[in-house]
Amino acid sequence: MQKKTIVIDPVTRIEGHAKITIDINENNEVEDAKIHVTQYRGFEKFCEGRPYTEMPALTARTCGICPVSHVVSATKAIDEILGVTPPKAGVNIRKIVNLAQMLQSHTLNFYHLSSPDFIYGFDAPQEDRNIFKMMQTHPQMARDGINLRAFGQKIIEDLAGKRIHPTGIIPGGASHKIEESTKEKILEEVPAMLKIAQSALEFFRENLHKFQEEIDYLGSFPSLFMAITNDEGTLEHYDGKLCFMDSEGNILKDNIEPRDYKEYIGEAVETFSYLKSPYYKPLGYPQGMYRVGALARVNIAKTCGTPIADKELIKFKALNDGKPVLNTFYYHYARLIEMIYAIEKIEELLKCDETMSDNVRSTSTVSYEKGVGCSEAPRGTLFHEYHVAKDGIITGVNLIIATGNNNLAMNAGVKQVAQRFVDPKNITDGALNRVEAVIRCFDPCLSCSTHALGIVSSSVEIRDHNKKVIQVIDRS
Amino acid sequence: MIREKVRVKKFTIDGICVTGQSNQTILEVARDNGIEIPTMCHLKGLSDVGSCRMCIVEIEGRHEPIPSCTAKIKEGMEVTTSSPKIKAAREMILSMMFSERYHTCSTCVVNGDCQLQSKSVELELSHSFTPYLNQRFEIDASHKNFVNDPNKCILCTRCIRVCDEIEGAHALDLFGRGLGTRVIHDMDEPWADSTSCTSCGKCVYVCPTGALYEKDISEEEIIKKREIVTELVRNRGQK
Repeated sequence: MQKKTIVIDPVTRIEGHAKITIDINENNEVEDAKIHVTQYRGFEKFCEGRPYTEMPALTARTCGICPVSHVVSATKAIDEILGVTPPKAGVNIRKIVNLAQMLQSHTLNFYHLSSPDFIYGFDAPQEDRNIFKMMQTHPQMARDGINLRAFGQKIIEDLAGKRIHPTGIIPGGASHKIEESTKEKILEEVPAMLKIAQSALEFFRENLHKFQEEIDYLGSFPSLFMAITNDEGTLEHYDGKLCFMDSEGNILKDNIEPRDYKEYIGEAVETFSYLKSPYYKPLGYPQGMYRVGALARVNIAKTCGTPIADKELIKFKALNDGKPVLNTFYYHYARLIEMIYAIEKIEELLKCDETMSDNVRSTSTVSYEKGVGCSEAPRGTLFHEYHVAKDGIITGVNLIIATGNNNLAMNAGVKQVAQRFVDPKNITDGALNRVEAVIRCFDPCLSCSTHALGIVSSSVEIRDHNKKVIQVIDRS
Repeated sequence: MIREKVRVKKFTIDGICVTGQSNQTILEVARDNGIEIPTMCHLKGLSDVGSCRMCIVEIEGRHEPIPSCTAKIKEGMEVTTSSPKIKAAREMILSMMFSERYHTCSTCVVNGDCQLQSKSVELELSHSFTPYLNQRFEIDASHKNFVNDPNKCILCTRCIRVCDEIEGAHALDLFGRGLGTRVIHDMDEPWADSTSCTSCGKCVYVCPTGALYEKDISEEEIIKKREIVTELVRNRGQK
């Protein structure tokens, strides 16, 4: 029996491009499985030499799904460089726009990308597992998804100028105050949207019993979790300190200033992927594997801080008796809770008097040579680090994109699923779909996450006409 | 000194019979008569140099088109401002401007108020059809108020002319040749070290693109005051 490799290329219903390889050994068993991120963006390099004022607009182009996260992290990094504290109204506008983006992104993942698996099952024929089939069989659900996403996108447009790559979030705060009519319009829609989000969560919970095997084997393993926390210990996406928690719920390290992230996060490079593999430095590589994103945030947060989401969080925490929930499948659950939280929080922030103040922006000029901006993107903790010369020209950039943080965990998940579900003697479509589904649980945005130049290592395989490897060239 | 007599000349633009004074250009007479010719480097109040070639027109009997901003009128000439040949040539000129430099609107401070951008919309240039040859120029952000980004310069020389003709400082000029040409301060010193620059900001206001802009402002935030020069000149009674 010869060694074999199964290749899934491209991985479907995710954002960005990737392929998965599953290696079969001589004994016809799954030996290893890996996710390869096959594209390269290089923002870290070509931002060099540009004025700092361009960074929010430039880095927003990293992504069409979560540009707000990049704008928020970029403006926060520049706030540090300028030495400014944005006024409360400016901060609140940023928070609302950030939450609106999280809402639309989570909605996209749940309704457009993942729900076909929940409705039709993982073994359903390929041609049925998509949103178009869902429109035929569950038209109201499809409409709900589209409406909820539009609600989030509309808030981004109203408050920050554009739905995609908004321009209204700028260094020092925001460019415009919120108009009274805009506020009223959003608040009017809140009850209906909240109902949709709650019904999505209800649908998911009702169907959970069908997926016990997936819950147990779709990336269920101990790992660390990282997220931003605030002083109150409530769910936080904009500002706060970093916290690392282990799989038992013990806090390994908290109160880490985001600007000190490099002391705790290392970035390893593998030959098979353009995506870096960040790890928790004190535990080393690869033992320092950690997960970020919705699951990590709700595991670390003590409460959500909003009434309905809090009730749901209590039920969620009961899944593992108050200990961190380790099943990657529950990322979907966590995202649904965050969707409810986002709508409630947007309402709360809009009703706050300070949000409506005219004073939305502070101004200054370059005061410091380095700035780190950190925020919670829909997919996890996002870091932007900039170095500038005295005249404000960017001299160095380091980005850790939310998805990148999950790289080690995604690989561990893919391997676990492949070993459990892929039978080399009888490879079924359903099994391969599950391998993709574990990636979908993480909701990765791969196209956003590959930027380093110079330290990239790669492995070139030269194969003959029978695809037999003749030579491997390692570049590192 | 005997001054050349100003005479009235009669000719046609796009078949319309027009008259103008012999010291006027085709562009001036066309605009006096409500005939629009697209321009880029031209700015009312400044001298014309015909550097951008956007305002080219055809003259009956001449093989090649000529820039209307610098061509004086002649008795009996027949001018055509728009034809398939002229349209193609203008598109090519615009396209070459894009290929020479790094014109990425989405991150530019002047996005939405850029004359290169609006000209592309006006002339329906959907994409650039010449290869990108842009080099990477260093940005000069040494001045406390302004930034000079040669990567977005179209070499129209408005800044040089306004500094020389209106401010009277002549702090700016062109340096280099071909694709490497750029606007410099004094003897190619950092802007902050220029002894002749008065920091008046007129060059920033007249720049059609995002090559010169105010510091510390973000994408789409700039407000250019290009008409300021026209008003200054009118107030001084110079033209």
